Amino acid sequence: MTRAAFGALLSHWWRNPLQLFTLLAGLALATGLWSGVQAINAEARASYDAAATTLDEGRYDRLVARDGGPFAQDIYVALRRAGWQVSPMVTGDLDGVTLIGLDALTAPSGMGPVSLGGDMDIGAFLMGGAQVFANAATAPRLDGVEVLIADDLADGTAVTDIGTAQDLLGQAGLIDSLLVLPDQSGNLPALAQIAPDLTLQAAQGGSDIAGLTDSFHLNLTAFGLLSFAVGIFIVHGAIGLAFEQRRGMVRTLRALGLPLRRLIGLMLAELLVFALIAGVIGVALGYVIAALLLPDVAATLRGLYGADVSGNLQLRPIWWLSGLGIALAGTLIAGGSALWSIAKMPLLAAAQPRALAMAAGRRARWQLIVALVLLAIAAVLVFTADGLVAGFVMLGALLVGAAFALPPVLNAVLAAASARAKSVTAQWFWADSRQQLPGLSLALMALMLAIAANVGVSTMVSSFRLTFTGFLDQRLASELYVTTENAAQTEALIAYAATRDVAVLPIQSADIQVAGQPTEVFGTRDHATYRDNWQFLQSLPDAWDATFAGQAVVINEQLARRGGLALGDMVQVGAQTLPVAGVYGDYGNPIGQVVLAEAAFAAEFPEVAPRQFGLRVSGDVSDFVTDLTEATGIGPGQTIDQAGIKAVSLAIFERTFTVTTALNILTLAVAGFAILMSLLTLAAMRLPQLAPAWAMGMTRAKLGRLELLRAVMLAVLTAVLALPLGLALAWVLLAVVNVAAFGWRLPMYLFPLDYARLGGFALLAAVLAAGWPAWRLARTPPADLLKVFANER
Amino acid sequence: MTLLTVDTLSKTYATADGPFAVLRGVSLTLDAGESLALTGESGSGKSTLLHLIGGLDSADAGRIVLQDQDITQMDDAGRAALRRGTVGVVFQQFNLIPSLKIADNIAFQARLAGRHDPDWCAVLADRMGLTDHLRKYPEQLSGGQQQRVAIARTLAPRPALVLADEPTGNLDEGTAAIVMDMMLELVSETGAGLLMVTHSQALAGRLQRRLHLRAGQVA
Repeated sequence: MTRAAFGALLSHWWRNPLQLFTLLAGLALATGLWSGVQAINAEARASYDAAATTLDEGRYDRLVARDGGPFAQDIYVALRRAGWQVSPMVTGDLDGVTLIGLDALTAPSGMGPVSLGGDMDIGAFLMGGAQVFANAATAPRLDGVEVLIADDLADGTAVTDIGTAQDLLGQAGLIDSLLVLPDQSGNLPALAQIAPDLTLQAAQGGSDIAGLTDSFHLNLTAFGLLSFAVGIFIVHGAIGLAFEQRRGMVRTLRALGLPLRRLIGLMLAELLVFALIAGVIGVALGYVIAALLLPDVAATLRGLYGADVSGNLQLRPIWWLSGLGIALAGTLIAGGSALWSIAKMPLLAAAQPRALAMAAGRRARWQLIVALVLLAIAAVLVFTADGLVAGFVMLGALLVGAAFALPPVLNAVLAAASARAKSVTAQWFWADSRQQLPGLSLALMALMLAIAANVGVSTMVSSFRLTFTGFLDQRLASELYVTTENAAQTEALIAYAATRDVAVLPIQSADIQVAGQPTEVFGTRDHATYRDNWQFLQSLPDAWDATFAGQAVVINEQLARRGGLALGDMVQVGAQTLPVAGVYGDYGNPIGQVVLAEAAFAAEFPEVAPRQFGLRVSGDVSDFVTDLTEATGIGPGQTIDQAGIKAVSLAIFERTFTVTTALNILTLAVAGFAILMSLLTLAAMRLPQLAPAWAMGMTRAKLGRLELLRAVMLAVLTAVLALPLGLALAWVLLAVVNVAAFGWRLPMYLFPLDYARLGGFALLAAVLAAGWPAWRLARTPPADLLKVFANER
Repeated sequence: MTLLTVDTLSKTYATADGPFAVLRGVSLTLDAGESLALTGESGSGKSTLLHLIGGLDSADAGRIVLQDQDITQMDDAGRAALRRGTVGVVFQQFNLIPSLKIADNIAFQARLAGRHDPDWCAVLADRMGLTDHLRKYPEQLSGGQQQRVAIARTLAPRPALVLADEPTGNLDEGTAAIVMDMMLELVSETGAGLLMVTHSQALAGRLQRRLHLRAGQVA
C-alpha cells in the first residue's frame, strides 16, 4: 500500500518536472546562500579559535621591555630563579609568516601546537628539536624549513621551540616577552629589583577578536537569512501550487482506502526527501559562494579588526549540517500550511483544485491583518528599539509586514486601474491581472524584498562612503605618516623635522578599560591640526583648549554610546579623572577612544614610546621623504603619504561591503528566478482563462504581448512600492543596527540615480523572466486552446 | 446470501438554514451478486447513502453491515481498510490519478489492497478495450475511456461490493450504454454486489432491483 501510494504521489512531480525543478532549485538557492554565509562565519570563527589557542595573547599578563624591543634571555633566568613563574616567547617574521617561539616546558597549558597529526615528534619538540609547526596552507611559505602540519594553527602562523625560533629569526640569546603565569607565589621579589628594564602589561581581554567581530558576523547572518527568506518564498509557492493541484489525487487516494495518517506521513516524507536532495545541492552551492567571497571577508576582517582569517575554506560539519538543517526547516515551514490544509480537508470535499483566487480571497484578509500587526510592531520599535536584537526584530517585522501587505495593495491599485479602463482590451487586461495576482504574489513579494534590500543596503553603503571619505579628509590631515624602528630613529626624525620647520605629531596609544569598555587612549600634542580638522558631534566651548591643558578629554562616539557618557561626565584614565569636553565621529573603528593631552598621557603611560608620527609637510611630500631618508636613514617603506593611507583605508572600506553587495545581487537573482518559475508554472493553468479571449478574436501574439506587459507592469509597481520600504530599511540599518553593532550613527543620504538603475535591473529581470512564458503562450497550438471548450477536459 | 444490510440509517447535515435530515431511517438489503438501482430526485439522499455504505462518511444513527462487519462501528482506519479491499467505488467524475499511466491507474487500487494480479488487470484492460491505451495518461483519453479505466480500477482488487455514483452522468447516451454494458457484464462475472445511483430510468431498468428514495426515505 505504502509503495503504491508513494509512487502515485511522486508521479505528480515526474509529470510536472518544472514544478519539481522550481522546488529543488528554490530550496537549493536558499540553502546555498544561507550555508555560504555560515561557511564564511565558521571559517572566521575557526581562525579566531586557532589564533587564540596558538597565541593566547589576551589571556596572560606579559613582561616586555620598556622600549618595546627584545631583551636578554638572562633576565628570564634571573626571574625564574627569583621564583617568578614566567615563560619566554619570541615572535618574528619569517618569509611573511609569524613565527612564534615557545618554551614547551614552561608555556601555559593549551598553548602551542595542539591536536597535532600523527607525524609529530612531541619528544623532539620538548627537547628543543628543530621542528616547526604550521597548517597546510602556511607550510609551503616557509622555504628551507622542515615543517610539520598542525591544522589547529592559525593561518600565517608557525610555532616552534624558542631556541629554533631564535636561530631562524637571528635573535640568539634574545626574547621578546615573558608570559606571567596565573599561579605566582605570594612573596615574590619586586620586578623593578630583578628586571628594572621590564614593565608589566596587563591581560587584554577587551581585544578579544571573536567578540569584536560578532557584530560583523551577525550582519552577515542577517543577510543570509534574508536571502534564505526570499528563496523560501519560491519553495512555498511551488509546494502550495503542487498541493493545490493534487487535491483531487488526495481525495481519490483516500476514497480508494489510503488512511489519512499514512497519506500525511507519505507527503511529509516526500517533502523531506526533496529537502535533503536540495539541501545537499544547496550546501555544495554554499561552498562555492563561500569560496568566492571568503578572500574578501578575510581582507575585511583583517582591515577592520586586525583578525587573521584563513582564505582557505574547509568543509566544516557546523555549517553543512546547519545548511541541511535549515533546508529541512525551511521546507517544513513552506509546506506546513499545505500539509495542514490537506489533513483538515474533508474526504468528500470538491475534487477539483480550488481556484487560487478563491483560496487567496480568504487568505488575503488574514495576510492583511498580519501585515498591519507586523508594521505596527515595527512602528513601535522605531521609538523604543535599543540594541542589535531589537534592531533585527524591527527589520524582520518591517520586511515581512511589508511583504504581506503587498498583494492587497497591488490588488487595490489594479482595481482602481480597472475602474478607469475605457477600452475592452484594457478592461480585460486589468481584470485578468487581478486574477493572476494570487498566483504571482509570492514571487512579487520575493522581488519586493530583494529590491528593498538592495535599496536599503546600497543607501547605507553609499551614505557610509560619503561620510567616511569626508571623515578621512578630516582625520588624515597630516601630509605624511612615518613609523620609526627605534628610539634613535625617533630622535633623528624629530631633529630633522625641526630643521625643516615641519610639525611632528606623535601617534601614541595605550589600551585600557574606560566605563567598562575596551578603549584606546591617545596622547595628543597641542596643534592646530586637531582644532582645524576634527569635527565634534557634540562639544563644550573650548574643548581642545581644555584637553590640551590636561583639564579634560575628548572621546569618540562609540565610547560615548556604549559607556553612556555625555558631555561633562567624568572619565577615569588610569589615576586621572577628567570631564568629557567633546564627542567626535570615528567611523570604521570598533572600539572606544579617549584623547588626552600629550603630557597627561606620558605621566600615565611612561612605558609607551611613540613610534608613529604625523608630519605637517608644506611643499612636495616626495622630495621631503627623499631628504628624510638621506638625513636619518628612515626608509621609504617606513613612510606613507596622506593619499596612500586614504587609498588603503578606502580599499578596506570597499572590500568590507563586497560581501553584502554580492549577497544582494544574488538575492535579486533569486527573486528574478522566482518570477520566472511562477510564470512558467502558472502558464499551464492560464489556458482556461485565455482561451475565451482567444475565441473572441484576440490573437495569440497579442495575448503573449499582454502577458509580457503584465509582468513588467507588476514588476514596476512592486519596485515603486519597494523604494520606500528600502529607504525605511536603510534608516533602520543606519540609525539602529549600526549604532548597536558598531557604536556610531551615520547621516542618511539619498541616491536617486542608484535607485533608478536598480529599478531598471528589476524591470530587466521581469522582462527576462516573463519573456519565455509569453513566447510559449504566443505559440500555443490552437488545439490546446480548443481543449478548454471540449467536454473531455 | 446477504451481502449488505442497511438498517434505519439516518444522517443530518448542518446547513446555514439549520439542520437538514438527508437520510431518515433508510433500510435495505443486498445479496451477493445482486444489483440494485438507487433512484430519486436531487437531494433525496441517494449519494449520501452510497457514501455511508462505502465508508466515505459516517452515519448519525442506524447500522450498515457488510460481510458481517458493522461499518458504523469502524474508526477512520477501519473504514479506509474497507474501502481498499471490500468495496469499490465508481465516481461520476472518474477520479483517476492524472500523473499515472492508464496501466498504473487500473492496477492502483489492487496494489493498495495488496491484491495486485497482473493477469486479471490485463483481462480487465482487454475487456474494457483499453489495451492500446495502457501507456497513455488519463488526459489523453476521452471521457468514456476514462470511465472504463475507473471501472477496471474498481474491479481489479475483486471487491465484494461495487458502488457506482452516476457512473455515466458525464457521458453521452451512446457511450453511456457501452460503458454500462461492460460494467454490468464484468460485475456479474466477478460475483460482486452492485449498488448504483442513477437518474436514468433506462439504466435503472437494467439492474435486478430498484429502490426509490424520496426526502431521505424509501418511497
